[in-house]
Amino acid sequence: MSLRTFKGGVHPFEGKELSKSKPIKELLPKGELVFPVSQHIGAPARPLVAKGDTVLRGQKIAEAGGFVSSPIYSSVSGTVTGIEKRRTATGDMVDSIIIESDGNFMEAGFTECDDVTKLSKDEIIKKIQDAGVVGMGGAGFPTHVKLSPKEPDKIDYIIANCSECEPYLTSDYREMVEEPEKLIGGMKIVLQLFPNAKGVFAIENNKQDCIDKISEMIKDEDRLYVQPLLTKYPEGGERQLIHAVTGRDIYSKMLPADAGCIVDNVATLMAIYDAVKLGIPVMNRVFTVTGDAVCEPRNFRICIGTSYQELLDAAGGLIHDPKKMISGGPMMGFALYGLDVPTTKTTSALLCMTEDAASEYETTACINCGRCVEACPERLVPSRLADFAMHDETEEFEKWYGLECIECGSCSYVCPARRPLAQYVKTMKKQVLAAKKKAAAAAKAKK
Amino acid sequence: MEEKKVLNVTASPHVRANVDTQKIMACVIIALLPATVFGIFNFGIRALIIIVASVAAAVLSEYIYCKIVHRKNTTRDLSAVVTGLLLALNLPSSVPIWLPILGSAFAIIIVKELFGGLGQNFMNPALGARCFLLISFAGLMTDYSNYPGFNDKNAFSGATPLASLKAGRTVDTMRMILGNIPGTIGETSMIAIVIGAIFLILMGVISLRIPGTYILTFAIFTIIFGGHGFDMNFLVGELAGGGLMLGAFFMATDYVTSPITPTGQIIYGILLGVMTGIFRFFGSSAEGVSYAIIFSNLFVPLIEKATIPRAFGIRKPKKAKKEAA
Repeated sequence: MSLRTFKGGVHPFEGKELSKSKPIKELLPKGELVFPVSQHIGAPARPLVAKGDTVLRGQKIAEAGGFVSSPIYSSVSGTVTGIEKRRTATGDMVDSIIIESDGNFMEAGFTECDDVTKLSKDEIIKKIQDAGVVGMGGAGFPTHVKLSPKEPDKIDYIIANCSECEPYLTSDYREMVEEPEKLIGGMKIVLQLFPNAKGVFAIENNKQDCIDKISEMIKDEDRLYVQPLLTKYPEGGERQLIHAVTGRDIYSKMLPADAGCIVDNVATLMAIYDAVKLGIPVMNRVFTVTGDAVCEPRNFRICIGTSYQELLDAAGGLIHDPKKMISGGPMMGFALYGLDVPTTKTTSALLCMTEDAASEYETTACINCGRCVEACPERLVPSRLADFAMHDETEEFEKWYGLECIECGSCSYVCPARRPLAQYVKTMKKQVLAAKKKAAAAAKAKK
Repeated sequence: MEEKKVLNVTASPHVRANVDTQKIMACVIIALLPATVFGIFNFGIRALIIIVASVAAAVLSEYIYCKIVHRKNTTRDLSAVVTGLLLALNLPSSVPIWLPILGSAFAIIIVKELFGGLGQNFMNPALGARCFLLISFAGLMTDYSNYPGFNDKNAFSGATPLASLKAGRTVDTMRMILGNIPGTIGETSMIAIVIGAIFLILMGVISLRIPGTYILTFAIFTIIFGGHGFDMNFLVGELAGGGLMLGAFFMATDYVTSPITPTGQIIYGILLGVMTGIFRFFGSSAEGVSYAIIFSNLFVPLIEKATIPRAFGIRKPKKAKKEAA
């Protein structure tokens, strides 16, 4: 099948060679694990345990705080030592349940489902909801909400986001290589919910082995196909991916479902399989520790809640002094203050870099070259939006579609004047949205 | 106690492409080399002296200006070199040495720095300076006599080929494409300019949007309003003659003074083509490129405002209304 893609985007150094050939290694944590109650978009989860309680691996320790929310499970057996605010990888202080592992990994017991094809749609969604499945690519949107669109019959594409377009990350790739049958199984479960949909595995062509293998495995399936994509960042952006696969375009006020699509990434589909078929809640995920400062870059299957420090130690520690450590990839990841932060459902990598040219460049004058315009996958004019942001010109910012920014960072990446364009636009976008929310709340209160 | 190492914490993205302003300017300079070398070959050592004087004056002006206003020295970005070089290529080789020096100082200080420096000027500095010199020193600026065989009436009729065309004579288009004709230092060889332009396009420094629409529009305008219809000698002569090629590929594409929006660039190209046609066929001078470009520069903010690109996935307002209803 022909390669598809979107207009715009950039080609950063991939860096995947460091860890792509390293098989996933199980990593059992020692000592203390931290479970923030907000690992998803929506209401925080409500703790079900108190200090001193003993818990089992796979035991629910916090329940969903509403429909758009998700429960949290302990990934170890041990004792709750407290519930307190802890710093997360994004820098926020979040209420967290602290559990001291007893090192035994006693499991709560999970019930496997003999025949998932006999489950009703409601049963499937309930299992996914109860297992705490959220978008594990980073957004953390609760999956059961995504799978409950207003008009399920109008959904005609389920897209497995197998692009993994962020440089350096290899966790989705390793999962596809090692357990493709689980990925396909997860997809089939989702297809049960949407009778009119086709399942598409959208894979970038830098993972040709996955394209070939999955194509071979699904060659007899009518409802499944593989869509190879051109390797380009941000190919895995939801709007860009939907465009590449279906030719349909959505913007900020539309959901993928409005274009007949539902998009889930590899780790999420794997978690759906675990939840529905095996009855296992979200306790583990695959995580890449990489970068040129790391002694032995590799992929781990981690217990969620393990600290970044422990993961780095498991990868042999540092071989060089890092200038910057990042949770996630270099394009959209968060720079870390330190490694005393826990992994969550949505964290996929720790990247330690000895070079950090991006912080050291001096910003010079914009020469209006238009590289940011060419690179923007949302067809915006980032240099102008950044100017509007600097001068606090809200009206112009919205008129030039500033709110459509997907925060991919392509504009900053290409800017020859090294202006932090994405940072300006992101900040302004946050401000405008907050002001709108406030205005809407005020209007509501008046009524 | 373990020594605490401080990590950099900044907003994403944490990597950058390996292109900066200096590299872009260096590409432009390299792309101008074929035309520069040909100009020196064509007009002799005088051309080299003018080029050196112009570039040196441009860089020095920027350096001194930065010193006076206590601003960081910005000459390392090489944009002053580009301005100086472009101005020299737009001058006849017979001008006295103080003329390029005056022009470069005007380009850098008046047109560029007084408006805020690189990125803030609304007019192309080299062309702004050229037009200033044309108005102030018309005689010197249109003296193309420093050319071997210039006074051989059979070959050139005592003028540039473009002036010959305007006077209703035919021209040797092959010589015009190669460039061994009188004219300004850098504008005569279409081939040398196009080689540089292809390099810029391959390096991703410029796109064909502006020069393509410019040249195409001007060609169509020439056929319709030039008064010669499909006369190939006239058409090719008009395209290869004067500053059109140099202007279209190297000055109309100046980032700072052209629209940033893709649709705006196409409108700008069309405007340039029409303006050049009007100046050349309805004006008193045979040339029109410089004026067309600085005039169109003034329209850039308007063009940009009128061509804000619709964001991805947002449909035309009319259509959206229908759907809502």
